[in-house]
Amino acid sequence: MLLMDKEPGFVPMRERGEPKDGAGKPAGKAPAIADAAETDRIAPETVGDITSKNAVIKVRGGNVHYGDTHALRNISLDVGRNEVVALIGPSGCGKSTFIRCLNRMNDTIESARVTGDFRLDGTDIYARDTDVVLLRARVGMVFQKPNPFPKSIYENVAYGPRIHGLASNRAELDDIVYGSLERAGLVNEVKDRLDEPGTGLSGGQQQRLCIARTIAVNPEVILMDEPCSALDPIATARIEDLIDELSQQYAIAIVTHSMQQAARVSNRTAYFHLGRLVEVGPTDKIFTNPSHKLTEDYVTGRFG
Amino acid sequence: MAMLTPAETRRRVDASLRRRYRSEWLFRLYGLVSVLLGVGFLLVLFATIIGNGYGAFRQVFIQLEVQFDPAVLDPEGTRQQDTLASADYSQLVKTSLRTLFPDAEDRTSRRELNALVSSGGAFNLQKMLLADPTLLGQTRDVWLPADDEVNVFVKGRGPAAGAGSGDEAQRLSDRQIAWIQTLESSGKLEQRFNTIFFTAGDSREPELAGIWGATKGSFFMLFVTLFLAFPLGVAAAIYLEEFASRNWLVDVIEVNINNLAAVPSIVFGLLGLAVFINFFGMPRSAPLVGGLVLTLMTLPVIIIASRAAIKSVPPSVREAALGVGASPMQMVFHHVLPLALPGMMTGAIIGMARALGESAPLLMIGMVAFVVEPPGGPMSPSTALPVQIYLWADSPERAFVERTSAAIMVLLAFLLVMNAAAVWLRSRFERRW
Amino acid sequence: MRLTTLALILTAMALAAFYLGRSRAAAIGGGPGKARLLHSLPKYYGYYTAMWCVLPGLVLLLAWTALSDTVITGRVIEALPDSLRNQPEAQLGLTLNDIRNLAAGQMVDEARRPEFAVAADLYNNLRTASQRLLSGLIIAVSFLGFALAWWRLQPKFRARNHVELAIKAALIAASLVAILTTLGILLSVTFEAIRFFRQVPFDDFLFGLTWSPQMAIRADQVGSSGAFGAVPLFVGTLLISAIALIVAVPIGLMIAIYLSEYARPAVRRVLKPLLEVLAGIPTVVYGYFAALTMAPVIRQWGDSLGLDVASESALGAGLVMGIMIIPFVSSLSDDVINAVPQAMRDGSYALGATRSETIKRVILRAALPGIVGGVLLAASRAIGETMIVVMAAGLSANLTANPLESVTTVTVQIVTLLVGDQEFDSPKTLAAFALGLVLFVVTLILNIIALQVVRRYREQYD
Repeated sequence: MLLMDKEPGFVPMRERGEPKDGAGKPAGKAPAIADAAETDRIAPETVGDITSKNAVIKVRGGNVHYGDTHALRNISLDVGRNEVVALIGPSGCGKSTFIRCLNRMNDTIESARVTGDFRLDGTDIYARDTDVVLLRARVGMVFQKPNPFPKSIYENVAYGPRIHGLASNRAELDDIVYGSLERAGLVNEVKDRLDEPGTGLSGGQQQRLCIARTIAVNPEVILMDEPCSALDPIATARIEDLIDELSQQYAIAIVTHSMQQAARVSNRTAYFHLGRLVEVGPTDKIFTNPSHKLTEDYVTGRFG
Repeated sequence: MAMLTPAETRRRVDASLRRRYRSEWLFRLYGLVSVLLGVGFLLVLFATIIGNGYGAFRQVFIQLEVQFDPAVLDPEGTRQQDTLASADYSQLVKTSLRTLFPDAEDRTSRRELNALVSSGGAFNLQKMLLADPTLLGQTRDVWLPADDEVNVFVKGRGPAAGAGSGDEAQRLSDRQIAWIQTLESSGKLEQRFNTIFFTAGDSREPELAGIWGATKGSFFMLFVTLFLAFPLGVAAAIYLEEFASRNWLVDVIEVNINNLAAVPSIVFGLLGLAVFINFFGMPRSAPLVGGLVLTLMTLPVIIIASRAAIKSVPPSVREAALGVGASPMQMVFHHVLPLALPGMMTGAIIGMARALGESAPLLMIGMVAFVVEPPGGPMSPSTALPVQIYLWADSPERAFVERTSAAIMVLLAFLLVMNAAAVWLRSRFERRW
Repeated sequence: MRLTTLALILTAMALAAFYLGRSRAAAIGGGPGKARLLHSLPKYYGYYTAMWCVLPGLVLLLAWTALSDTVITGRVIEALPDSLRNQPEAQLGLTLNDIRNLAAGQMVDEARRPEFAVAADLYNNLRTASQRLLSGLIIAVSFLGFALAWWRLQPKFRARNHVELAIKAALIAASLVAILTTLGILLSVTFEAIRFFRQVPFDDFLFGLTWSPQMAIRADQVGSSGAFGAVPLFVGTLLISAIALIVAVPIGLMIAIYLSEYARPAVRRVLKPLLEVLAGIPTVVYGYFAALTMAPVIRQWGDSLGLDVASESALGAGLVMGIMIIPFVSSLSDDVINAVPQAMRDGSYALGATRSETIKRVILRAALPGIVGGVLLAASRAIGETMIVVMAAGLSANLTANPLESVTTVTVQIVTLLVGDQEFDSPKTLAAFALGLVLFVVTLILNIIALQVVRRYREQYD
């Protein structure tokens, strides 16, 4: 093999393996999950009511394997309309993996294998004839680190509607963009500089831009993967207010490391531990009177 | 904002899907076609070269009954070495051919007959006689190399094709073809492994031309280059990575190295011509000068690779060495350098491979000369393998097409070995920290 | 004395100096194995003495070699009869060449005159004397250096620091070679180019529309004949480079995209090295391929379409050059595409974008500066490429943008003007350096811009 000589100024390329930012976490960091006997002993089945009255997302017996690692074990959980479900638990417990199953972002990880019944409004998410593009249009996602595209603020928000063909003319597109920015609480800050790059905004603004980008596609469910972990307290407070408003309209599943945040924004809370869903219940019950020993240990700060 | 209902959103997305999947498919197809084009080019290139060149490894020889006639070689009977060396051996070949084919009577047909055997045949006879003077007066069966056109004809003809089937073969007259067939049927014409190609220097006659001279020239050049560029490159890399403080001079050096790596090679040739040959008065066509020019050319490559290798040695090694009281110089030479050496050597081999394939700057410093004698050292006039390819590619004789391709195969084989060595070195010694 | 003998003697002296220095250091440090009184290890005292023994001699040798020929030549010229000495400079140079050849033992036809033989003898005598003197001086200087070092060997003497300082100086000198090279290129090419512009006006060269350097046969015909308008060469170079880039950029970019975004790892592991083979093939092979295979094919196509194609068409050279640049473009693109953070891809996929939408609208958008930088580097390589065009492009300087016609390029003309017999003062030869200067400056500018763009791009995502 004749080698290609790298030109000066280029360092050798970084090998792209599993995605950064939380998504790849379960693969390497939680060896304990592989220990089936251990998880079965500590939490043989979920405590509390997994169902939701007005369920949009219905998961029954969901399992995820990353290669040889059994990352999610037999999860059953509903997410209802106009409901915010907080997913909490120690690092590597499978919360992020769980929400990435709901819009099939795990598809991008080569070694991931998902089994079980995942339904969105009654249709099987993992059915062969399910269209991922349509699914992801219906299930939006906001990531841990704000990731605006290298485009203008306007184009960032218009990206989704454009690719999906949601607007038939420029006026409709403008409408969607303004409406989304408005509902994301960003319109007053950026309306004079829609042509400037989205990457020029502050971290909190960027994250709200990403939320605006997500709701511009008019999804039914919004998944949030620790959306505030990279932000300062003030920006976090604004996002939490925003989540509260959005819950009027969408079903929201939010992964968080902050128990205060879970307590503030969610209606129901689900506690994950070593790939198991240990306990689900109304948020105030989980934080004041948890049924399971592990949940109690976690919310009282004995570990985590 | 007029919100779309979920159902309407779903309908619109659904409606866009056909078009989008089609463009997805098309885009993917473009990608696949590009990859196939790239691989296809490679295959066509190799197929052309191998298809054209494999024939050059075989050579047609003709068996003649040669009488070392004293009347021709030494009419005065002096038996002096000088007389024997300067005698007309081609006459022997001609006589022998005429006895074999007495039907060639007029001048043209005789000339055609003589053209069957290479002019190098006479040299072979001369060498034989000088090695063994007792041959004088005796008759021997000798295999002599055939002329290039005979080579082209014999090799280019499929086993089933008859005489003069293609237009290509018409460089030989019908009479010559008939003679060749007679020789063949009597077993006096055969193809053998072509040793001339690997042992001879350049020649005007394709059937006598070889790559040994050019290979030697390339070898001397690479030797000079390795000898100079590797130590210089490693030293510069050590300084820039380990000792240089950030200042404008170091910045200038860095920008310089990166730019030098992208300067067209022919410009280095101009530098060599103006500085080494015209200013320092070094000889033209010498591998030494070629090596100097290639040194300057490969130096940036080696520096960049060596710096990367030094960079990959973790700081903990340096801290440990300094911690036990080594001076910075001892730390570098005792600890960092041994760990970085495989990476540096990989870089050096890749640089050498590039230098071996380079020809443009060598044209500038006179290495395009027609040199028959393989060079004896880095100061004697010589050419280089890629330049030899260039020279032969320019020659009008059809038989040089074959030789050019064969020389390319040899060059590519060298490059393949060097790169395989680099890959091996990398996988063998690469350490992940 | 031969140079090799001198080198052997010096090596022997250095070795002796090393051992002497080391053992003396050991002795004054309290005997072998007990060198506690010494500042440095005994071997550093050895290195120190050896260094002082060799370095002064080497410096002397270099200086002597650089200067002696000029001095000797001056003496020979002084000794020449007036008739020869008062020739014009160019003629005198030829005479000197003859004398040198004669001195080297070659027979020179025009130099059978007795005054030439006398001069050659003088030349040889002077050289022998100079070499003898040099050898003696070097050995003397080496002894002196050794004595000096010997005298300084004290227990408190910091030998290691001195040795390390010398090594550091050598390292610095090595890294200065890069600067010297650039300087050498710039100075030598500029110097000759200025000599050219003294004979041919700068404007005529840069904006002239006719190029026919073959007419200026002798130096004294300058200006009266021979046209040095380089515009046809520039246009030809740009035409062929443009064809090459039109081939290489889309294909190279799509290969990079396919391999990094679509192909499975196993496929990538096979295809990538295979395509990199294209990058390792010497350009002379491409040139041969262009001249032997590509040109006839293009001619046939042209004939079947009823087009008149030159046998050395710009198209043929450009296409093959494009093939050569494909792996270059794809490797650079691969680098910049892989530098785009995964988060960017995730954001797009999460919105329901397909792969191609993500690539076209997000990844390429993000990687654009890097790709532009890569294309600029590829352009610089195409402009400077020599062998392909020398072998497959024409020699006639047609001013045309028709890719089916034959054009010539800057590099082809440099090679044509400088290969073969040359007189160093004729504008024909000097023109090559003017062209070289243009080539160097243009590629340098392209490279600097490209490297800057790419560097800034990388910093953005680091």
